[in-house]
Amino acid sequence: MAKKIYSTYPMVKYLRKEALPTALCPGCGGGTVLNAFANAIDSLKLDPKDLVVVSGIGCSAWIASPYFLADTLHTTHGRAIAFATGVKVGLPDKKVVVISGDGDLASIGGNHLLHAARRNIDITVILVNNFIYGMTGGQVAPTTPFGAKTTTSPYRNIEHPLQISETVAAAGASYVARWTTAHVYQLIESIKKALQVKGFSLVEVISQCPVQFGRRNRMKEPAEMLHWFLKNSVPVSKARNMSPEELEGKFVIGEFVNRERPEFITELNKLIDEVQEHFGLKE
Amino acid sequence: MIIRGDEPEQLRLIRKLYKPGNYFMQGNEAVAYGALFAGCRFYAGYPITPSSEIAETMARELPKLGGYYLQMEDEIGSIAAMVGASWTGFKVMTATAGPGFSLMQENLGYAVMTETPLVLVDVQRSGPSTGQATKGAQGDFFQARWGTHGDHPIVAVSPTSGQDAFWETIRAFNIAEKLRTPVVVLFDGVLAHTREQIKIPDIEEVEIAYRKLPQNEEEARLPFGDPHGDGVPPMPLFGHGYFTHVTGSTHKENGLRDVYTPEVHDKLVRRIHRKIEKNREVYEKYEEHFTDDAEILVVSWGVSARPALGAVLRAREEGINVGLFVPKTVHPFPAERMRELGKRVRTILVAEMNLGQMIIEVERYVNDDVLLKGVNKIGGVPLTVEEILREIRGVA
Ligand SMILES: Cc1ncc(C[n+]2csc(CCOP(=O)(O)OP(=O)(O)O)c2C)c(N)n1
Ligand code: SF4
Repeated sequence: MAKKIYSTYPMVKYLRKEALPTALCPGCGGGTVLNAFANAIDSLKLDPKDLVVVSGIGCSAWIASPYFLADTLHTTHGRAIAFATGVKVGLPDKKVVVISGDGDLASIGGNHLLHAARRNIDITVILVNNFIYGMTGGQVAPTTPFGAKTTTSPYRNIEHPLQISETVAAAGASYVARWTTAHVYQLIESIKKALQVKGFSLVEVISQCPVQFGRRNRMKEPAEMLHWFLKNSVPVSKARNMSPEELEGKFVIGEFVNRERPEFITELNKLIDEVQEHFGLKE
Repeated sequence: MIIRGDEPEQLRLIRKLYKPGNYFMQGNEAVAYGALFAGCRFYAGYPITPSSEIAETMARELPKLGGYYLQMEDEIGSIAAMVGASWTGFKVMTATAGPGFSLMQENLGYAVMTETPLVLVDVQRSGPSTGQATKGAQGDFFQARWGTHGDHPIVAVSPTSGQDAFWETIRAFNIAEKLRTPVVVLFDGVLAHTREQIKIPDIEEVEIAYRKLPQNEEEARLPFGDPHGDGVPPMPLFGHGYFTHVTGSTHKENGLRDVYTPEVHDKLVRRIHRKIEKNREVYEKYEEHFTDDAEILVVSWGVSARPALGAVLRAREEGINVGLFVPKTVHPFPAERMRELGKRVRTILVAEMNLGQMIIEVERYVNDDVLLKGVNKIGGVPLTVEEILREIRGVA
């Protein structure tokens, strides 16, 4: 197939031009995530007017808020999902998407993540897992691999990383998938599915932060990090037959769950209907 | 664009469900009914004594009105969900007590910075920390004012009875809507759990305010501008195709972040202050009794204002020239009136269920030659008429 050279970038129509260029470092995986998200929106032919994007605080939080041209709510650190919950109740017919980092969504915001999955509220969370707190200067995160170096684990990390996708799947989400920034097409497909699922959906994206994580862990170049992802990725189906020892340091990728469960806002509205019926309040 | 709760259908439902008349109910229930009459159709909260009956009443009543009750995983999530819902056009409320109020502070600041209307009821209980968890107090006067970080204005109202709680909650919603700002209701555990006769009016008798919405595309594109010169920007709600960007970071009039230009921060934060300062008539409220010829002035607020009035009436019978001043909006403090009264009296007693909080505010407005004394009580038991009267006699 002939190689195409683009002199224009068609997805730019989804971006808030006055906010560009982005503040992300060159080579940051955040750009890939933004690109994948814009492609998913484009291929589903979703009108950005039917989208509300919510994010917390961190580099990854900036991916869609302010850069994506939709209603965007840039909230406090860790609380994006709780803010999004209120938005979804008010706008049940819109797609409410949270895009933020692993520190934001799984550390300080871990409680909201679990409970949104449990409620199975119809929002889509794109969680950018770069193993580190990028924005605050590369401190250890709940996702930092055992043994890795960060500014606050300068000798080595002695804590075990949280397996976010597995945890959220267990909490009750309707759809959970994990990919890396080296699996762009699969990532776009998963985001598309997540957006269409009626219920809580999580797409975890393992993403490179060459500046804070790579630099301290012998992967200065973004490409080195992408190679690391590719070399260590194991599909979910294969991982099921592997021992914990064999899985140590591996990235399990693919779809974890894709199931129908009663959705929160639907149930809430059903309840209101029943109550109004019961008390004879309907006209 | 719609603000939920103002449809004619809602008035019909309110009429059908809540017949005007006298009811025997708790202060907490009065707060909840006030919220429902004001148009609140979204409540997100987390249970805590002595506020829980507000959540329970909302959980029971909101679905009847087509409204939403959400029990969130904690208080941080509760206020976060309220902000999200407010940007979709809901009038929103939560209720909590001391520890929960502490957890809400960061997002209360977020609501100030993003100019999001919401009502936060703090049913004050005895602290610090878990303290006497079930007992009332008035210890959160300054937490309401300075609990969150940064330079920020705040509006806080404080009811003095169950009946007053009904009306003050409605007023809190109206202030929040008119000024696009969070409003704190400083209630307390004593009145929250006191059952008394409360008159529910016809909905026609209730003034209900709605936030200003953009009148055209241009106004909608400047969600943090000041097109009308009153400091209050019209609020472009989510879901209407305006591509509004909302952030707690310092932002320009179009909502986009700019944290590096000193002027941008200065302009934004000063406008948010000015909006509150300049619109005093929207929220300033106080009550006065016998202040015309008073030589001694009792200043009191919230739950303590009732025994204070009892004490002043009794002291008047004894021929003591004493008056009572009760700020109903406690933040911003009714400074001007306090200053005038402070010039006319020789002694001021400040009665409150804490070790002296509002007295610090009063002190700023009175001259050195006035004798200023606190009448304070902690331990979860309210001040009595006798206790305040004794202090009045002591300075008469
Ligand atoms: C309450 C609070 N605590 C701490 C911070 C500081 N803070 C800002 S971003 C961040 C971490 C972000 O990490 P992550 O979500 O992984 O995003 P990344 O920058 O790595 O993309 C922290 C701790 C904050 N803003 N608020
Ligand atoms: S610090 Fe890391 S996560 Fe943040 S923008 Fe740079 S590369 Fe990306």
